[in-house]
Amino acid sequence: MTGAEIANANLLIDLSLLTMLVLVAFFMVRSRQLFAIVMLSGIYSLLSAAFFVSLDAVDVAFTEAAVGAGVSTVLMLGAMLLTTRREKPIIAGRSPVALAVAVLVGAALIYATFDMPAFGDAASPANSYIGEAYVERTAKEIAVPNIVTAVLASYRGFDTLGETMVIFTAGLGVIMLLGAGSARGGRAVSDVRHDAGAKKDGGE
Amino acid sequence: MSIEHLILRVVIKIMFAPILLFALYVQFHGDYGPGGGFQAGVIFAVAFILHALIMGLDETKRVLPVGVLKVLMVVGFLFYAGTGVATMLLGGNLLGYDAIDPASTHHAGQHYGILLVEFGVGMAVASTMLVIFYHFAGREPEIRDEDW
Repeated sequence: MTGAEIANANLLIDLSLLTMLVLVAFFMVRSRQLFAIVMLSGIYSLLSAAFFVSLDAVDVAFTEAAVGAGVSTVLMLGAMLLTTRREKPIIAGRSPVALAVAVLVGAALIYATFDMPAFGDAASPANSYIGEAYVERTAKEIAVPNIVTAVLASYRGFDTLGETMVIFTAGLGVIMLLGAGSARGGRAVSDVRHDAGAKKDGGE
Repeated sequence: MSIEHLILRVVIKIMFAPILLFALYVQFHGDYGPGGGFQAGVIFAVAFILHALIMGLDETKRVLPVGVLKVLMVVGFLFYAGTGVATMLLGGNLLGYDAIDPASTHHAGQHYGILLVEFGVGMAVASTMLVIFYHFAGREPEIRDEDW
């Protein structure tokens, strides 16, 4: 295949992935079945992961596939089991103001994309200044083949320390909010009488 | 022991070890290919989540109790921070890995440092994901068949 044919094939793949993303998002908004919505959000993550691969961002794609399509789908399923299976129907009113706001914001966002540099533009801000410096200096300063890892763990190690702290804090928050695990976990919890439940928790 | 979901049980028994092996590969191969502590931690947690989904949460808790996970959460984070403190004690900056092996001509210290902090990240991420899952799943132990 010539270069132009490969570029055309890439464009086709990108377009079909983005079309599927839009379709999945549309069905997620329209559906009232929570189980279907959870599954569609997993599909959405998987499609975005495929799109990231097509943009050559394999590390991001990997994370999206593992976290977005894997763990968060399961967590959403667990959360779904605690509530009803169907969303309450909303009586849809037609509001011209909301439509106008949506159209205006959409138009502004599309207008903003005209100023964005082309994909892979060597002169774009992301590819010059510090990004360029990382690419040039990793080989002789860190000597690690994967530049993403060099930036993540070495150049910006302090940032990543903070990120690990954030994840740790998230886990701590869940432990605090959902009970200490051994106290209430493992059996079905009925939260019908909130005041009685609160009193019992306070006593434990 | 019930033989409900027999096929799923057999499949998870076959898949469990390869998933853990893949997580370890992603963990320790982050220098050379895509991946690293965050992804490896999640994959590691996914193996146990699958186990809990099929075998029941109580079975998984016997293998990996929530108390152990809470300790691992803290140890993982302290492992990362401790690497930073260790490089300071060796005379470098916080997380300046070259202090680990200053005589190396090919930045071996950077390799060791990245491996150490990624290990801390993986441990913290895997245990945190499992703790969150345990707490969500523990409130409603069984997925009833009519829910599917």
